[in-house]
Amino acid sequence: MNFETVIGLEVHVELKTNSKMFSPSPAGFGAEPNSNTNAIDWAYPGVLPTPNEKGIELAIKAALALNCEINQETKFDRKNYIYPDNPKAYQITQDKQPIGKNGFIEIDVDGEKKKIRIERVHLEEDAGKNIHGDDGYSYVDLNRQGTALLEIVSEADMRSPEEAYAYLETLKQMIQFTRVSDVKMEEGSMRADANISLRPYGQEEFGVKTELKNLNSFNNVRRGLIYEQGRQERLLLAGEEALQETRRYDDSNRQTTLMRVKEGQDDYRHFPEPDIFPFTISDEKISELRAELPEMPVERRKRYVEELEIPAYDAEVLTDTVEMSDFFDQTVEHGADPKLASNWLMGEVSGYLNSEQVNIEETTLTPKALAEMIGLIEDETISSKIAKRVFTELTKEQVDDVQALVEEKGWVQLSDPEQLLPIIREILDNNEQSVEDFKNGKDRAKGFLVGQVMKETRGQANPGVVNKLLNQELNKR
Amino acid sequence: MSLHTKTIEELHELLVNKELTVVELVEATFDYMETVEQAVGAFISIDKENALAAAKLVDERGVDPENVLDGIPVAVKDNIVTMDQKTTAASKMLEDFVSVYDATVVEKLKEAGMIIVGKANLDEFAMGGTTETSKLQTTKNPWDTSRVPGGSSGGSAAAVAAGMVPASLGTDTGGSIRQPAAYTNLVGLKPTYGTVSRYGAIAFASSLDQVGPLTRTVKDNAILLNTLSGKDLKDDTSAGLEIDFTGAIGEDIAGLKVGMPKEFFDEEVVDEDVLTVVKEAVKQLEALEAEIVEVSLPHLKYGVPAYYAIASAEASSNLQRFDGVRYGYSHQEANTLEELYVKSRSEGFGPEVKRRIVLGGIALGIDHYDELYGQATKVRTIIRNEFEKALEEVDVLVGPSTTSIAPEMGQKDADDPVDAYRGDILTVPVNLAGIPSLSIPAGFSEGLPVGMQLIGNYFEEATLYKVGHAYEQATDHHKQYPTLEGGANE
Repeated sequence: MNFETVIGLEVHVELKTNSKMFSPSPAGFGAEPNSNTNAIDWAYPGVLPTPNEKGIELAIKAALALNCEINQETKFDRKNYIYPDNPKAYQITQDKQPIGKNGFIEIDVDGEKKKIRIERVHLEEDAGKNIHGDDGYSYVDLNRQGTALLEIVSEADMRSPEEAYAYLETLKQMIQFTRVSDVKMEEGSMRADANISLRPYGQEEFGVKTELKNLNSFNNVRRGLIYEQGRQERLLLAGEEALQETRRYDDSNRQTTLMRVKEGQDDYRHFPEPDIFPFTISDEKISELRAELPEMPVERRKRYVEELEIPAYDAEVLTDTVEMSDFFDQTVEHGADPKLASNWLMGEVSGYLNSEQVNIEETTLTPKALAEMIGLIEDETISSKIAKRVFTELTKEQVDDVQALVEEKGWVQLSDPEQLLPIIREILDNNEQSVEDFKNGKDRAKGFLVGQVMKETRGQANPGVVNKLLNQELNKR
Repeated sequence: MSLHTKTIEELHELLVNKELTVVELVEATFDYMETVEQAVGAFISIDKENALAAAKLVDERGVDPENVLDGIPVAVKDNIVTMDQKTTAASKMLEDFVSVYDATVVEKLKEAGMIIVGKANLDEFAMGGTTETSKLQTTKNPWDTSRVPGGSSGGSAAAVAAGMVPASLGTDTGGSIRQPAAYTNLVGLKPTYGTVSRYGAIAFASSLDQVGPLTRTVKDNAILLNTLSGKDLKDDTSAGLEIDFTGAIGEDIAGLKVGMPKEFFDEEVVDEDVLTVVKEAVKQLEALEAEIVEVSLPHLKYGVPAYYAIASAEASSNLQRFDGVRYGYSHQEANTLEELYVKSRSEGFGPEVKRRIVLGGIALGIDHYDELYGQATKVRTIIRNEFEKALEEVDVLVGPSTTSIAPEMGQKDADDPVDAYRGDILTVPVNLAGIPSLSIPAGFSEGLPVGMQLIGNYFEEATLYKVGHAYEQATDHHKQYPTLEGGANE
């Protein structure tokens, strides 16, 4: 018998708010344990949560980007469970009225497009972290406790680990483009759990599902699902039944191990959060946030290829992050040739960003400066070689007038024959042997002569002009 | 000079006229406390050192003649957190707990120059109606020390009734200010939900809890509410209304429509002697030319079960944080995390608290949610609608605050909790609706005080104070004081 794989994903992304979702503590990554906490995060007696408006706005924005309907009458609920990383012993989340519902995104697996429906998008607070020490004790760090979290639950619409991978890639990119989250799995600002079950082809009813945890990279999601797909298939073929289990993916042996078997439904005793009034999201607020949404990566790629005539591969690379894509768009707006701008961004600029481990918005390079520099290359004011030196300058401090910089540094390319001819003639006079070699058909001799000219002009001579003049002069001899 | 029956306004006069310094007043407070506290047991802790230091500061800068509360001693219920002294909620769970911050209402009292002299006893985590579930202290009714002071704000009421302080703060989740005020001949207000910040009041049932004042007179009560109220950015449910709650005091009540809900005057529910006193009080309102009309709130009787489902559900969630890990009582010999949780909570909480946690857990569980918590929220809406409808037709509703006078100690024990819960029938509907209710002294039965509730529309406390004050001016019940061993007779 052959089986069809059914996968649904639950993705959590941390929203980029300055303070936590329900307390004024700073939200951030990498601080000393428990330094970003206050009495509210510690759930001291008498404290109350107050919702972060910015968090609500970011959640609405993300929900809109994922094509969701917005629940305009919404509220928070309590999910009760007791655990050391959850000091209140309840998590403030959204149960019955999530901020967004009935959305979808479109994925592309080997050129096949498919719509994956999104059941719900809801806002909640993150838990702290339990750290198990070498000394036999466990420690609790509440820095993350209460940070704003968005949970995005897909329908069980994916039919292969590859589709799940594509869904995550697409989702990550879309969220990243809205700038509501850093969506970095390695920093924990994006996390994914997967539900997977198998059923005989043609059967409508879902099989018994397994929930996979500890999937800390997109590749691990794919590998974990592939392993689980095989495990469940073997079980079913052996005539055994799959159990409703939570399993943990172990990257060292690329297998999943049983964490617990679920018996019946977990009872979190959800009820409406009485400390925060239900609230209404106005039409105006929705329009305002919708207007702030950027052009999404799929549309941008299409535009780059069709309107800017950029190769599809380049368009793909440029739209990897919103920062790069925005920078490219702005560089082109400042008059740069799209293909040249793309080459620079994918080449020299990306190299620099990688070596410095920063994103382009964190550098001193501006779209205007890059566009100007490209313009100077095009009109041959500077050579491509000099341009690399200019670029280095642009990454040292913000430059508003690249032309002035180039002039100040004396980097303007020598293209004037009046200036170049005397130099060339002198070099030919001093290198008679090379001239003779050239005449005897040794092309390499010409390269040597060009090199001499460049050396004489400290690299500022326009190679094209030098070549042309050199040919003329050689022919005369 | 006898200070222990003085009102806030009277003490303010003495301070402004320099007949008394704040330090003298506070010293006299502690001196008097020494003579009567033994018999009453109103306080879980007193704080002479900080109180005297604060008093000295007020004397040094001078009492503000514009600020009636400046330099006035006050007691705070011990479920409202303070940094200067312990906050126990009358529970072993928090027996030695000191808060890292002051409740918003405590900040407001301090800003107003009031001197917090101590933390008043209560039923454990405010769960109870006699103050007998307190794990740390026994409080007696100053009017008859064989009787309970009511609860859960029993210590707050007893402290004022015994003359130790002119005012105190209580909390009211289902009658916990009004019922003890009625039992001890005081004025007690359960404000409209949202009038006073709950930040720093240890949550019992978040959608029902309100902090409110207990005082000797209606005017004092309104003055204190002016200070306590206002928008608090730390409490999402606090309202931002700028109201002068003393604004209508002194206006006459001729033509004002007063509704008597017949369910409040049901002899099956309320003791006859209490009804007699309250009906007499209503006649007094009529004599002041208020128009008395009968109204009906037919679903009132479902208030108690709805209240206990909702309040216990919220409490079960609110009290889960007391786990023995970060603060409070912690079982010391646990070997596993679960054992730490189970033993700390089993040993730290008393039986009434446990009963409500269990009840609340059941009410929220998947198996019973719809029939318990879900059903209760529907009843709550119906009761709220009934009150709203009645208050469209009348200005205030009137009725007894309690079904009886203060019972004997040990009478309402834990053997029949459901019977004890039934006694809340007259107070809990107001909390479910979120509207304000003022209990004022209405007379006496067997020499013990009887309270009358005035219930109004949302944020219409000023109307309640107007009616209460008019009634108070026409009567002298509020000028009666208990006789205490060691206490001065008036």
